[in-house]
Amino acid sequence: MKEYVYFPGCSLEKIAISYHLSALETTKKLDITLKELEDWNCCGATAYFHVDELLAYTLVARNLAMAEKMGTEVVAPCSACYKNMYFTKQHLAEDPDLTEHINDALQEDNLNYSGSVTVKHLIEVFSNDIGAEELKSKVVFPLTDLRVASYYGCQILRPKKDHEDVEQPHFFEDLMASIGATPVDFPLKLTCCGGSLLISSRPAAYSMIHNLLYDAQRAQADVIVTACPLCQVNLECYQQQVNQEYGTQFHIPVVYFTQLIGLALGIPPKKLGFGKEFLSPKKAIDAIKNIKSQEEVITQ
Amino acid sequence: MTEKIGVYVCHCGTNIAGIVDVEGVAKWAAEKLQRRGVVIARDYKFMCSSLGQELIEKDIKELGLTRVVVAACSPHLHERTFRNACKNAGLNPYLCELVSIREQVSWVHTDKAVATEKSKAIVSGGVERVIWHEPLEPLRVPIHPATLVVGGGIAGIQAALEIADAGYHVYMVEREPSIGGHMAQFDKTFPTLDCSACILTPKMVDVGNHPNITLLTWAEVTNVDGYIGNFQATIRQKTRCVKTELCTGCGICWEKCPKKVTDDVFEAGLGKRKAIYTPFPQAVPKYPVLDKETCTYFLKGTCKACEKFCPTGAIDFTQEDEFLQIDVGQIILATGWDLFDVRRMPQYGYGRLDNVFTSLEFERLSNASGPTGGKIVLRDGVTAPASVAIVHCVGSRDKNYNPYCSSICCMQSLKFAHLVHERTGAEVYNCYIDMRTPSKGYEEFYQRLLEEGTHFIRGKVAEVTNAARTNEEEGKLIVQVEDTLIGKQRRIPVEMVILSAGLEPRHDAKEVGRLFGISCSADGWYIERHPKLDPIATMTDGVYIAGVVQGPKDIPASVAQGAAAAARALGKIQQKEVAMEPIRATINQDMCSGCRICNNLCPFNAILFHEDKMVSEVNPALCQGCGTCVAGCPAGAISGTGFSNEQILAQLDGLLLLNIKRLEEVPA
Repeated sequence: MKEYVYFPGCSLEKIAISYHLSALETTKKLDITLKELEDWNCCGATAYFHVDELLAYTLVARNLAMAEKMGTEVVAPCSACYKNMYFTKQHLAEDPDLTEHINDALQEDNLNYSGSVTVKHLIEVFSNDIGAEELKSKVVFPLTDLRVASYYGCQILRPKKDHEDVEQPHFFEDLMASIGATPVDFPLKLTCCGGSLLISSRPAAYSMIHNLLYDAQRAQADVIVTACPLCQVNLECYQQQVNQEYGTQFHIPVVYFTQLIGLALGIPPKKLGFGKEFLSPKKAIDAIKNIKSQEEVITQ
Repeated sequence: MTEKIGVYVCHCGTNIAGIVDVEGVAKWAAEKLQRRGVVIARDYKFMCSSLGQELIEKDIKELGLTRVVVAACSPHLHERTFRNACKNAGLNPYLCELVSIREQVSWVHTDKAVATEKSKAIVSGGVERVIWHEPLEPLRVPIHPATLVVGGGIAGIQAALEIADAGYHVYMVEREPSIGGHMAQFDKTFPTLDCSACILTPKMVDVGNHPNITLLTWAEVTNVDGYIGNFQATIRQKTRCVKTELCTGCGICWEKCPKKVTDDVFEAGLGKRKAIYTPFPQAVPKYPVLDKETCTYFLKGTCKACEKFCPTGAIDFTQEDEFLQIDVGQIILATGWDLFDVRRMPQYGYGRLDNVFTSLEFERLSNASGPTGGKIVLRDGVTAPASVAIVHCVGSRDKNYNPYCSSICCMQSLKFAHLVHERTGAEVYNCYIDMRTPSKGYEEFYQRLLEEGTHFIRGKVAEVTNAARTNEEEGKLIVQVEDTLIGKQRRIPVEMVILSAGLEPRHDAKEVGRLFGISCSADGWYIERHPKLDPIATMTDGVYIAGVVQGPKDIPASVAQGAAAAARALGKIQQKEVAMEPIRATINQDMCSGCRICNNLCPFNAILFHEDKMVSEVNPALCQGCGTCVAGCPAGAISGTGFSNEQILAQLDGLLLLNIKRLEEVPA
């Protein structure tokens, strides 16, 4: 059994509860334990690094230092949390003076950051550590005929600019193919969802969301699959507003990759947080239901 | 103290004098180093000028100087100048020491006091060292009059013809089945738009027919031994499966060959060739090559159509690689370039989006003898595009790929724009970072394009995508680019995209360089002896570079460099012998343990091992005096002329001013 230190981040407590539930359920099914980081604090989100860099790095270093006490790998399901932790680790490795300075502060909390912990995004656990092949062998209900737009968003890959193909990756599609779904050609898969622009400039954010929805509809996707709570909220919760703004009729459910993997692994939809969304991913669940009823017929 | 030493400190205008108190240094040397043998110390505005040199010559004659120390620029620049001055005055040139207070002091320091002190220490080191110098005589070796030209592109062709026309023999070795290089793939050449083949093929034919040129195509140099004047090269003649003495080049074999293969080399993957082929109709030599890897007979054991139909019985399936040994005096490397692999930039969609083309693909598309007969069409092979975007700087001027400018792409892209416009009437968009058209007639060509109505957008393309946002964009390639002149993001829907990919060093440039004893810069191009004053020679005597191997350049510049390399080689041939620096390493055979560590350390392959005596020996003609083996020998058996332990230790002594300290302890 493999164990990871799990940093849920604030979104997964409430708005992305379905991501939280499905992450825990699917990993459990795959014999992986996500051990929640004790006493974790905010990751700094998008804003803090622009307000006070030193405090922002310290904030993240506190989480990393605590993670070092619990294990060797810390996993974040949220792309923003992941990015902040990844950047902080990189930045502190390059600046020993800053690390020392921050450690002075952490000392108050009896903590020390050494840089030994590896930072991972949850999707890396599935695509690298488990692997598409292994996942495929565990699938009970392949999501046949479900057309999925695998949406990476911008923050999973950009931090790794130095050593991975950040322009045209395909590991997300591979993951979706391994559970039987059909990944569609989705050219905007790495384009920003607008992030927190909704707060500062609604028209700009709507335009970015519109482009993504347009591209997904053009590719005839049944569902957009995401690995980030902010992407999910922007694309799903604001679809109605985008429709009003642009006179469009988008109706594309947006789910987390762990939810679809969970379905394919045979976990009941309710346990995966289905039922809490604005736009029902009916087709995805129906796909399973059909298989299930067929199976019931067969076993009877 | 028996030596009489003269010290000469150069101002180099304000180059040195601006930071170093040169008069102070000279005065200090005259006073403090007097007891080390310094009889005169002078400063002068330009020591390298003829007046400066005369000053040294006069002192040698009148004061009877036995050693000279010049404190000026790097020995790279003027060592020879001052050695000659000594020689003119009857002093052995190797009794002169040039120490650098420009590159090592004035150019790298800002504090005048510190710089002056450092200069004094450097002068002191030079004085201590020069005491230990010995008179040396340069080695003279005869020059073999033949020259090896590696690479049969335009630069190599030019070099070979210049030397052959002057009456000396040339061996030309080309890796591909035909000479011609990349230039043979082009349709038109900028800025005059002459037909590339029309100006190139006469030269190719001249090479093929020249009585002074031995042409070896489909061949590679596998080993090089020797030194300037006396190189021995081993050449692998790859199997052609064609007896060239019988072949008439009639073409029946490739007409009858049933096997069609994609031609990834000459046709850039757009066209087909047969398993037995010449890459293009005007190929030189005319003899075809049989590609064993795709030939049906070699794969399945049957076919032999070529053999059956060959009227002269020239096909020979049993041929094997042959190795030739040749003796040459000098070598010119003109091995050219590879195209940047545009797949490394997946954001531009090559390989994923059908109608994205590379620049070489477009050259073949527009070529009248190319796979489409010169018709500019989309990947479907029939539709002419109504709109084309040309992306500049693909893989060039980009720190993620190659930081350098590939030099030819702006003009090449303008040429493409003109050809597209002329042949299809399509709207053409050139997306450039900066427009660079600095040679003769180039700016005029740019003006012509501006008048032809090509759209110019100043901005680096972010991506090429098929993600349409509107019905008008549907089915098109959308070029996303920031137009920095109007400060706006633009989406330009087009039907065809041409990626003007940069030039890269050959994939095996490093290994080939090692074979010839020359090295590559950080970018991978071969390093010239001097970037401005000697872009032809390399650090290995007798090995020259010409064309794009030295760095990206266009056809006129390649031709000029090819001719220049030939002129350099001819100059040496006509001297009949060459004087070589006597700075050499020697191995004390009594101390050599035969461990052979030095054999592999030597970058010039100058050390041989005598199996019988179990000792190594330095070939003095090959040794460049770099000193690597001296430092590497665990037994201390190797010493370098001009770099003996005594000389180095004495120089250190002087640099640390220990010499003066000792003098101060002992009263005069």
